Amino acid sequence: MRDSLFGLVLGRLASSLITLLLVSLVIFAITSLLPGDTAQQVLGQFATPEQVEALRAQLGLNQPPLLRYWQWLSGFATGDLGRSASNGVDVIQLVNDRLPNSLLLAAITTVISVPVALIMGIAAAMRRGGVLDRTLNLITLSMVAVPEFLVATLAVLIFAVQLGWLPALSYVSTVDSLGAFMKVYAMPVLTLCSVLIAQMARMTRAALIDQLDSAYVEMARLKGVPPMRRVLRHALPNAVGPIANAVALSLSYLLGGVIIVETIFNYPGIASLMVDAVSNRDLALVQACAMIFCGAYLLLVMLADLCAILSNPRLRNR
Amino acid sequence: MQGESLIVRDLDICATPPGEDERTIVSQINFALKPGEVMALIGESGSGKTTIALAMMGYARRGCRIAGGSVQLGETDILTLSAVETRALRGHRVTYIAQSAAAAFNPSRRLMDQVIEGALIHGVMDRQQARQKAIQLFGELALPDPEHIGDRYPHQVSGGQLQRLMAAMALITDPALVILDEPTTALDVTTQVDVLRAFKRVMRERGTTALYVSHDLAVVAQIADHVLVLQAGEEQEQGPIGQILDNPGHAYTRSLLAAARPETRVPTGLQSSGDELLRIDDLQVGYGRCDRNGLPNNVVLDHIQLRIDRGQALGVIGESGSGKSTLARAVAGLVAPSRGEVQFNCRELPPTLRGRTPDQFRRIQIVFQSADNALNPAHTVRRLLNRPLETYFQMSRDARQRRVEELMDLVKLPRTLLDRKPRELSGGQKQRVNLARALAAEPDLILCDEVTSALDTVVGAAILELLAELRRELGVAYLFISHDISTVRSLCDDVMVLYQGECVEFGPCSTVLNQPQHDYTRKLIGSVPELQPGWLEACEWSTHTQPTTAPV
Amino acid sequence: MNNTKAIPSAKDNRHQHAMAGSRLPVTSPKQRNRSRLQLTRWIGLGLFSFWLLVAMFGPLLSPYPMGAFVSDQIYGGASTAHLLGTDYMGRDMLSRMLTGARYTVGLALVAALLSSLVGAGFGMLTVLLPRWLEESVRRIFDTLISIPSKMMALVMVSAFGTSIPLLILAAVLSYAPGSFRIAHSLAKNLATLEYVQVARTRGEGRLYIAAVEIFPNMIQPVLTDMGMRFVFIVLLLSGMSFLGLGVQPPVADLGSLVRENIGGLSQGALAVIAPALAIGSLTVGANLLIDSLSNSRDNQKE
Repeated sequence: MRDSLFGLVLGRLASSLITLLLVSLVIFAITSLLPGDTAQQVLGQFATPEQVEALRAQLGLNQPPLLRYWQWLSGFATGDLGRSASNGVDVIQLVNDRLPNSLLLAAITTVISVPVALIMGIAAAMRRGGVLDRTLNLITLSMVAVPEFLVATLAVLIFAVQLGWLPALSYVSTVDSLGAFMKVYAMPVLTLCSVLIAQMARMTRAALIDQLDSAYVEMARLKGVPPMRRVLRHALPNAVGPIANAVALSLSYLLGGVIIVETIFNYPGIASLMVDAVSNRDLALVQACAMIFCGAYLLLVMLADLCAILSNPRLRNR
Repeated sequence: MQGESLIVRDLDICATPPGEDERTIVSQINFALKPGEVMALIGESGSGKTTIALAMMGYARRGCRIAGGSVQLGETDILTLSAVETRALRGHRVTYIAQSAAAAFNPSRRLMDQVIEGALIHGVMDRQQARQKAIQLFGELALPDPEHIGDRYPHQVSGGQLQRLMAAMALITDPALVILDEPTTALDVTTQVDVLRAFKRVMRERGTTALYVSHDLAVVAQIADHVLVLQAGEEQEQGPIGQILDNPGHAYTRSLLAAARPETRVPTGLQSSGDELLRIDDLQVGYGRCDRNGLPNNVVLDHIQLRIDRGQALGVIGESGSGKSTLARAVAGLVAPSRGEVQFNCRELPPTLRGRTPDQFRRIQIVFQSADNALNPAHTVRRLLNRPLETYFQMSRDARQRRVEELMDLVKLPRTLLDRKPRELSGGQKQRVNLARALAAEPDLILCDEVTSALDTVVGAAILELLAELRRELGVAYLFISHDISTVRSLCDDVMVLYQGECVEFGPCSTVLNQPQHDYTRKLIGSVPELQPGWLEACEWSTHTQPTTAPV
Repeated sequence: MNNTKAIPSAKDNRHQHAMAGSRLPVTSPKQRNRSRLQLTRWIGLGLFSFWLLVAMFGPLLSPYPMGAFVSDQIYGGASTAHLLGTDYMGRDMLSRMLTGARYTVGLALVAALLSSLVGAGFGMLTVLLPRWLEESVRRIFDTLISIPSKMMALVMVSAFGTSIPLLILAAVLSYAPGSFRIAHSLAKNLATLEYVQVARTRGEGRLYIAAVEIFPNMIQPVLTDMGMRFVFIVLLLSGMSFLGLGVQPPVADLGSLVRENIGGLSQGALAVIAPALAIGSLTVGANLLIDSLSNSRDNQKE
């Protein structure tokens, strides 16, 4: 019956692809069909109708919408993301410059936050109702509702202004030693982690407690299984699906947080590139960045679903 | 290790319901067992029987605590042990068999690992020995393929098998005391016999001391030496099984016995008029996509023929998965049959709700098993009863008001309950409101889907009596669906036996239930435990030759 | 939901009780827990209703007009004339925040209400629609939910430019799908319950079933969900304002106030810290309140 598991995984992949396609349609529709004209915008208010028309033809804007969508999509497949309207550079070039920085930031944040959050969530679930659990509950409950810029401004205020330990802005180009690296990344990562850890820890705790309340954990207890083993051997394997989901959901939240954090610390990543593009109404660039973010989000959610499918013994061994 | 003696003195257990103050839920329990004896704790839901049983392991569920008393197993005073000592005791000297094996096995671990886990943790034997012993126990418990069944996962074996695997898990350390918590309640009767027989044999052979928690006196009669009758956390009576069955001292025990032995009268209050009310011809119901011949993927019911006359009661008996509930849903119009026709009042009944007239809606009412889900928790009893009156009849406000009160009288509920919401009612009261709502429509036919199954025996017996009375007074017909033969016997004229979606026997109750012709009917009837010790040994039915149907 | 979740194991106390043979009612862990729950509820209620009152009556109390240049000092500290100091152009921070809070709270309330109306409305109604229509509506909402909220807002702003109706629309497009998902699964579960089946066999119409049988039983979770969405929308809109892409001058919400005065951060100016803390206290308060309310409801159910 391996086939059916394979089929399930395949179905999940296909459904992600369809969603990505629909998402691209939505993004394309919002940015290129409904609003006023890019040509008009590029030339400004004082352009003559003839000039606008000429540019429209040059940009291919007078073609039918579906055809333009198709061209845009196929451009994506071949790595041709169009040209930035504000400085005429190829979008792919801009993205290539910035994407690694953002990925590095996300990777560091993930590597730090996931283990910390899992440990916190597991500890809280094991000590349910105890002092540790209640304290963590209050802290995480507050942290999930705090805006990133509050954390960021307070961090700057404390570490850069009051203590003077860290620079207020990140200059990635000046990184030449581990110390400098830490200095650059400390505050952005701290800001992102604080909200992220709170969220993941809460969801991990909830998923684990669901399992700890189950009849089979009570049975394990009545077999004399020690607490640590009850959690790690009995409850945790069954909570993998929900926890993977929680992690994916939270990491996708990272995508939103990174926008604020990159801006506030002037970090040269793809999110700050997008914010600039939005301010300049550089639509080709906005489209590309939005697709990257949505693609990353869908990838995370899909990985979590696959985790859940593969960890479910009913699906794994029929 | 042989069974050891168990002495319980003055046991008190307190619980703290959320948002309330602590109260005592079990008080002053005393009993003593000699090594190798089996004590049964008998009581209805909420009587504290499971709570007491768990206290034998020094365990109280969340929100409860053992407030006082002592539990002495052999030389050990269990309630004075430290946490580490208690842990060493559990799963070694005292073991537990849970009610729902399906929930009590970890879904993501192999059965063998779970069965031998206790033995390994407590260092009783090494892995190789434990496996050997487990396989030997699997064999003794009559599990198929003892060598390899342990390699499976819980969802790959049936409910009856899981329950036996759990027994192996409990017995692998040769415990001094085994606690069995309603171990056969979730099983079909035909499976229950085998499981009981397997339990009894291995326990007798090992001389295990055991505490058997159950609500079912007939089951207890097969396996226990002593009985302790509980109500609301207090002992009503205790004594040897024979004495309790033949010579009960306490009124509560007598009412339990009476409910467990329903009168086997053939209902003679009203003989059917001979007017045909419902006729079903060659009905087939299934789920899933239909193939080219219009045959669904998954056929649940097939070749069903039946006829109910006005004022008649037809019982439908079957085990889980037999399709009996689907029959009621098809008549109600909730699922469309893939073949066959249903005639009501000599007119064809449209297969789905869409085609039916208000009058047809009114004449057929359905009453579901779980009164919790059958009554909308957001509405008061008055509103629940008012709605059918508004829908079906042109009545003034006052007339409706009077009718609602009449209905309450009819189902013997005080009118003071009218402004309560369902969650403020007891299980029996809810089921009465549920019935009253159906009666409000003045129906010709009531489809009763396991209406007494979720209730305690005494409460269920009262509901059955009410059903019989309503039938006499109002001349309403029943399609009465049940897995419990005794309820059908006490209420119905005709009976239909369903097995895997097909009717295996149909006829008057007295004939079918007293002289069953079909093998399955015989097995089904023969598997119902009787209220006398020694029945189990005499019972010849066994499912070993047939695959057991797993309870859903 | 299990109400006993929050109760610490009573078993751990067992040992001492049995040893001492004590029958004395010890302080039950549940009660300690209850009072703690009460405390967070009061904190949450206090913070949230404070900001609600500020949003309603704040501008009436403001000492100066919002846009007035009243001081020569920029990034001034707290003083009796200017309780929260002055901003980067010498305007009174207290006055600006009293008005800003109205925008922050008001916009988020409107957007949260609309999100829940749209999401829960569709969620409930689609249960009663034919399968194919239900599936298509679900597909649309599933697509929208796959676009992170900030991304949706940014893309829309880049195309249309920012304005208050557009910000609300962006918030609704981002948050209605989540509301839909929750309401839909709730309604779907309720629709399989036996009392709904009974109503169907009684011949009741779809609207009656939706309004009378299903809706009353999902109103509480839907309200809780709306509260959560309110918090998310406050974070989204103030985030947008902080990026300079949200509410535009001359009006300002709390997020814009943080942005305007970010230059004062290196001096530790009150003008940047006060509005940032204000947003934090609003969202944390709302979150504490919602959490304690939904916890206590779980307890009641039992």
